[in-house]
Amino acid sequence: MAGYIARRLVWMAFLLFVITLLTFIIFSVLPAGDPAVARAGRQPSAELIATIREQLGLDKSKPTQFLNYIGDILPFVGGNGVYFGFSYQNNTEVLPEILERMPVTIFLTAGAVILWLAIGIPIGVLSAVKTGSWMDRLAMGIALVFISAPVYFLGLVVLYLFDNKIGIWKLLPGNSAYLEAGSIGEKAAALFLPWCVLAAAFAAIYARFLRGNLIDTLQEDYIRTARAKGLSERRVVFRHGVRAAITPIVTLLGLDIGLLLGGAILTETVFNIPGIGRYAYNAITVSDLPVIQGTVLFGAFFIVLMSLIVDILYAFIDPRVRY
Amino acid sequence: MPPLLEVENLQVHFETEDGLVKAVDGVSYSVDSGQTFGIVGESGSGKSVSSLTVMGLTRARNARISGSVRFNGKDLLGASEDEMRQIRGNDIAMIFQDPLSSLHPFYKVGAQIAETVRSHRDVTKAQAWDRAVEMLSLVGIPEPRRRADAYPHEFSGGMRQRAMIAMALANDPKLLIADEPTTALDVTVQAQILELIERLQSEFDTAVVVITHDLGVVAEMADEIAVMYAGRIVEKADTDTIFAAPEHPYTWGLLSSIPRLDSPRGEELVPIGGRPPSLINLPTGCSFHPRCPYVREAHKRTEPKLEPVPGRPGHEVACLLPSETRRKLWAELRQGIKPGDARSDVMEEKAL
Repeated sequence: MAGYIARRLVWMAFLLFVITLLTFIIFSVLPAGDPAVARAGRQPSAELIATIREQLGLDKSKPTQFLNYIGDILPFVGGNGVYFGFSYQNNTEVLPEILERMPVTIFLTAGAVILWLAIGIPIGVLSAVKTGSWMDRLAMGIALVFISAPVYFLGLVVLYLFDNKIGIWKLLPGNSAYLEAGSIGEKAAALFLPWCVLAAAFAAIYARFLRGNLIDTLQEDYIRTARAKGLSERRVVFRHGVRAAITPIVTLLGLDIGLLLGGAILTETVFNIPGIGRYAYNAITVSDLPVIQGTVLFGAFFIVLMSLIVDILYAFIDPRVRY
Repeated sequence: MPPLLEVENLQVHFETEDGLVKAVDGVSYSVDSGQTFGIVGESGSGKSVSSLTVMGLTRARNARISGSVRFNGKDLLGASEDEMRQIRGNDIAMIFQDPLSSLHPFYKVGAQIAETVRSHRDVTKAQAWDRAVEMLSLVGIPEPRRRADAYPHEFSGGMRQRAMIAMALANDPKLLIADEPTTALDVTVQAQILELIERLQSEFDTAVVVITHDLGVVAEMADEIAVMYAGRIVEKADTDTIFAAPEHPYTWGLLSSIPRLDSPRGEELVPIGGRPPSLINLPTGCSFHPRCPYVREAHKRTEPKLEPVPGRPGHEVACLLPSETRRKLWAELRQGIKPGDARSDVMEEKAL
């Protein structure tokens, strides 16, 4: 097990390196405009631009720039600890900015995860047990709608309907409400609509996925055995069926949590929530490479980390899995 | 004393888009306490469906079940789901073909046996676990207390089937249904499992219904055998009669396709030609007629009934050939005369 984890960690470092390299290459190839010019303000002199370029290290060759960046990120290399560089745009260090936005993104993710599991799992189980019933068809029909509706569309619809300032029914805090929220209760209230919007698509995906898995599982021989033992139908479905059908959900959940911790870009943008996703979105619109690099690296880090955690968890969930 | 299990005119039909599948079409048999009853047939003959129906496990929504199943005098087809639940695993237990897929992969073997005990007996977890260990030791699993703590994938095939048997017998059932109990096992292990079932049967005085496609499996252990074809019983008799004086050409086919130690060297096995029929479009008349070497024109129109063989109490057969002809044909088969060369067959054809 320890050896397995060690191998995975090495692999993880390699993956993150490749992702950083790819981001860098894409950014260098794309015609994003000269960051030094962007920094210099209106009608800058050529000397000013040259100075800025030197400050930011943009006068060096591309490979040198990349190596410098890698050196900055890694502690004990490059001489300045863990350092994600400076934002070209607003002259702030990237890492503290990301860390500052972390709690909002975690809060948004956690609430949405709880909500979609609480909705998706019961619906998936019910639909599987009552396959073909009107309830199953209705639930799967609605699920399809939520899967198909993009988050930004659903978000706008929800704001249009329920926002307490502009909505038809002024019920809940909506756009930008998080920025004004003070107490934790107010913050939770401000995140309620984003949670619902984010959870809707995921709950729908999870319900359909679990339904499919459970329908297959309930055909298994060991389910027949459980029935032949005279167990109650409830016990057959939950202890024997759901227990086996839910394991692949763990994989899905791990990756989705990783994905969202890297920033729910669309949700955060629609609702103007100051999380990592919103930060990344702003950086993309102004071609702010260090911020893009930093947020991409963070997002990738969470995904690889969660997939490692999922694989380790599997050894505990499924007794047949050994590392 | 009434029989322990009495199945009468059981029909299990499935309505499908392609038509009505007559999986079981009028099957009757009875099993007494402590008796072993063998049901033999090819896949698709309805042998598994009929016993799953006895357990109330034919759950498909498109299933149409009629006839009657009485267990200890109680009507099972009319019983509520809750009543059936109390009977399953307690009075009637079942073991299946593939012990690996029949055990839950995520739970310890001991826990799975203990669960059966706990769902029918008011005992503590510890008592149920002890019972599980006791049962594992009874079915011959070494170090049962340690092995109870293992998962099914850590067991060998034979051990898994032993564990299944331990689970089935944990509540001391009156009837054990064994559906192809040895099909997925090595030949050497097969014999051990059959011996085990026999030993436990006499110890617990359990009635056993063995379902198999392999006459060899039931030869040793069954008291009575029913041969099923296309959802019906075509021949039923005590085991000695089935092997010594069978009267149905399908049973002959089954017997000729088993290798025998006493047959002359170089003699070829005779497989039954053709395939089992579609259960949606059964052949007219005798449903075995397309594969029967002794078919007559009339057999394609008249349906045979399962009728007593004259002078042989307890022996029933569903064949349109006259009993004398059947006996002559069997005698010739035993002398090694192949169906096509049978003299009595030809003679009778001419007489017609």
